[in-house]
Amino acid sequence: MATSLSPSSTPLSPIQLSVLQRKRSSNLFAVAGIFSIAIALMTLIALVLQLFIQGFPKLNWQFLTSFADPEASLAGVLAALVGSCLVMLVTAATAVPVGIGAGLYLEEYIARNKFSALIEINVTNLAGVPSIVYGLLALGLFKYYFNLGESILTAGLTLALLVLPVVIVATREAIRAIPSSLREAAYAMGASKSQMVFDHLLPYAFGNILTGVIIGLSRAIGETAPLVTIGALTFIAFLPDSPIQSGFPFISFEWLKAPFTVLPIQMFNWVSRPEPEFQVNAAAAGIVLLSLTLMMNSIAIYLRYRIQKNLKW
Amino acid sequence: MINIDSTVSQAPPKVEVSNLNFYYGDKQAIKNVNLVLPKNKITALIGPSGCGKTTLLRCFNRMHDLYDGNRYEGEIVLDGQVNILSRRIDPIEVRMRVGMVFQRPNPFPKSIFENVAYGLRVRGEKNKSFIADKVEEALKASALWDEVNDRLKDMAFTLSGGQQQRLCIARALATDPELILFDEPTSALDPIATRNIEDLMDGLKKQVTILIVTHSMQQAARLSDYTAFMYLGEMLECDRTEVIFKQAAQLRTRDYVSGQFG
Ligand SMILES: Nc1ncnc2c1ncn2[C@@H]1O[C@H](COP(=O)(O)OP(=O)(O)O)[C@@H](O)[C@H]1O
Ligand SMILES: [Mg+2]
Repeated sequence: MATSLSPSSTPLSPIQLSVLQRKRSSNLFAVAGIFSIAIALMTLIALVLQLFIQGFPKLNWQFLTSFADPEASLAGVLAALVGSCLVMLVTAATAVPVGIGAGLYLEEYIARNKFSALIEINVTNLAGVPSIVYGLLALGLFKYYFNLGESILTAGLTLALLVLPVVIVATREAIRAIPSSLREAAYAMGASKSQMVFDHLLPYAFGNILTGVIIGLSRAIGETAPLVTIGALTFIAFLPDSPIQSGFPFISFEWLKAPFTVLPIQMFNWVSRPEPEFQVNAAAAGIVLLSLTLMMNSIAIYLRYRIQKNLKW
Repeated sequence: MINIDSTVSQAPPKVEVSNLNFYYGDKQAIKNVNLVLPKNKITALIGPSGCGKTTLLRCFNRMHDLYDGNRYEGEIVLDGQVNILSRRIDPIEVRMRVGMVFQRPNPFPKSIFENVAYGLRVRGEKNKSFIADKVEEALKASALWDEVNDRLKDMAFTLSGGQQQRLCIARALATDPELILFDEPTSALDPIATRNIEDLMDGLKKQVTILIVTHSMQQAARLSDYTAFMYLGEMLECDRTEVIFKQAAQLRTRDYVSGQFG
């Protein structure tokens, strides 16, 4: 018996042959998969590495605290860094409440009919609209119609349009992931709809919504085209008014009206210059932008971990 | 022979169901049901799977209102006063008087304390010591206090399945409901956890009227004062439990309780 099973002595049975063939094609697929991952990873590593090698020497306190300058060695990213942060602040402050509200409404409140189906399809498709189109919309709406100017407010609202569909979709998915047994438990205790939403749905969905928000903001922080469309400046040698004032009423919203630039625009501006020193500046600004994105993501991951730890059903 | 009529009429009715029909869209799941739940008694609802036990149970706290296309006909009258199926009665009002424990334990992903306190918070109760007293009282009534009194701040999902179900019972008890609905509360639990819950059930009827769906004949026989047998959406027979199990009027009921079909 034992000898008849040894591969050398007998030809393969049809079953063994079939197994062998299918194994071979599985292996082939695994190799193709590894190859694809390698291409993706290597491109990423090469890009980041090149950015670091080129830009790292330039990264210092002076670079972070200086304004743009015709002299490459004196130029820094201060205005762009502050601009990016303030624009993101406006974007988050508007897109998050509106997006969560819209997602919640679509998921929990709207009556299911043809009209709501139409809205749903459109909201989902909004996420795929090219960002320059949002720029054009914002140009007409915010800059000319509402007269908000070429300001931080306009920029923040423009990017909010971009982020909105992402937040809406994330909110809906997060809410849909909550089992109906928890809803029923809340209602069975005599909760009203708003109590169910605010005591249960939103707290339980928050971790996943947050992930969507960060994905949206990470996309927005690198956007250039729509901001160029509404007229971002590339050369700014002053900071907007501080939001916190020493005199009454201590909080000021003047900064919303200030002209602005953001990191990707500053980068683009430097890259398009002939001097090699500016290429180095651009790379360094790229590192700053990348760090900002990474920072947002790690905060989100941490918060999500903290929240999800206490959720189980 | 026991005089059935006199014992039935001795317990005053808490809930009277008359000519109840219920529809999931076009599909009628409850057909002309009449039923009386005597006050401070346990009534068991039995019947083969799919006969409409859960559907009937969920009429008592208007749970069907949560989904579109559901429709009730007929009356469910509480204390001889209000028809809780009336359009003028808000389902929230009904659920504040009628508690529910589900088939699978479904504690909120909150602390043990907050789970039990939730019903009070929903009602706008702010007094902390009152809430703490109520939580303790409810946990004692559901025989969970000794196991959890030193870990009230822990998350509810750290409890075992049986403990979670008793927590859900405590959650329902904390607001002093008049009627509690149980939908096969032990079907997801092991025998010991089942035993614990059956043991506490008997003590509960001092304070509350109970309607319990169960697929276990033994459970119905052990626990309940009255048993109602449903078949294909209809109420075939309802009587004192020993009558249903020993001398049911209908052949189908006799067959079902003796395990001939299920
Ligand atoms: N949401 C629903 N929509 C439509 N039909 C349902 C729904 N829930 C239950 N049913 C149907 O109603 C009948 C009774 O179901 P159910 O009350 O769950 O039975 P039981 O609890 O006695 O097993 C079954 O035929 C079931 O298929
Ligand atoms: Mg059922």
